[in-house]
Amino acid sequence: MTEILETPIIPDFGDTKKPDAAGAAPSRPVRSKFQGGGEPQPAGDQAGAPAYSGPRKMVFIASKGNLDMAYPALIMANAALGEGIETHIFFTFWGFDLVTERYMDDLKFTMAGNTAMHMPQAPTMPLPQIMGVVPGMTKFATNMMKKQLDDLEIPSVREMLDIIVASGGHLWGCKLSFDMNGLARTDLYDGVEDVISATDFIELSEGAQVIFV
Amino acid sequence: MPTCRIDGRPIDVNDEGFLTVYDQWDDSLATVLAGYAGIEELTDEHWKVLRFLRDDYPARKETATLRRVTAVGGFDMKELFRLFPGKPAKKMSYIAGLPKPKGCV
Repeated sequence: MTEILETPIIPDFGDTKKPDAAGAAPSRPVRSKFQGGGEPQPAGDQAGAPAYSGPRKMVFIASKGNLDMAYPALIMANAALGEGIETHIFFTFWGFDLVTERYMDDLKFTMAGNTAMHMPQAPTMPLPQIMGVVPGMTKFATNMMKKQLDDLEIPSVREMLDIIVASGGHLWGCKLSFDMNGLARTDLYDGVEDVISATDFIELSEGAQVIFV
Repeated sequence: MPTCRIDGRPIDVNDEGFLTVYDQWDDSLATVLAGYAGIEELTDEHWKVLRFLRDDYPARKETATLRRVTAVGGFDMKELFRLFPGKPAKKMSYIAGLPKPKGCV
């Protein structure tokens, strides 16, 4: 006979109110498999620096404009928003293409310089780097990747951005990239809140976990 | 896997607290789970989402992600964040008595 716990196990929803005395008993602390088994550590690390204790915040720096490298920041940002985390994406340099109307629907994937490219149908088949510069190869590789993304029901870059904005994510353009590319605000994806300087970015990322892609 | 007494009856859950047996769930249990997830009252709008999740699960054996709830269920993303604030995907799957979604998008 299995023992029945009178105190329910409640997942960590971040903002969950504990059941009050009138209702069920208070919940037991729950640790997910990612939280480690040790006792909670006191605030502040060993070096004595005070730990940031506000709500979790994440900033992704999207610096690349290839189709394959567009997705890491978008997918992780989307996941962060679903976890109730304040989320920002800063688009800089080649990453600016992700929010430039002219390019964002037409990002490309190239095998040139990518030694980790394999044919899904023939994973052991060697793909010499020289093939990457064969005319039409980038188009072929791009179409192949788009099909794989479609098969996995991964939305397009534009649709990912729409989802992120609807979920409360913040998109920022890099001033220097904006100027270098000779862009106007009307050239940008509508969800970009503003074009900001490096200093603005430093202020924005205070207390955040910053992830460079 | 632990068994907890919820709504006056034994309910099987995983280590995080998500229900593991589809058929142990009913509307009355959902209102109790909603309370645990910090949602005082389940409105018609909440129920529409929960019904979609419940109906979508059996064939796929996988809980719909937020993206699927919007793309297939036709719900509005902002609305989902309003109805299930904070961690919408976790809250709605918990209240619907389903595992938390596994999909990345």
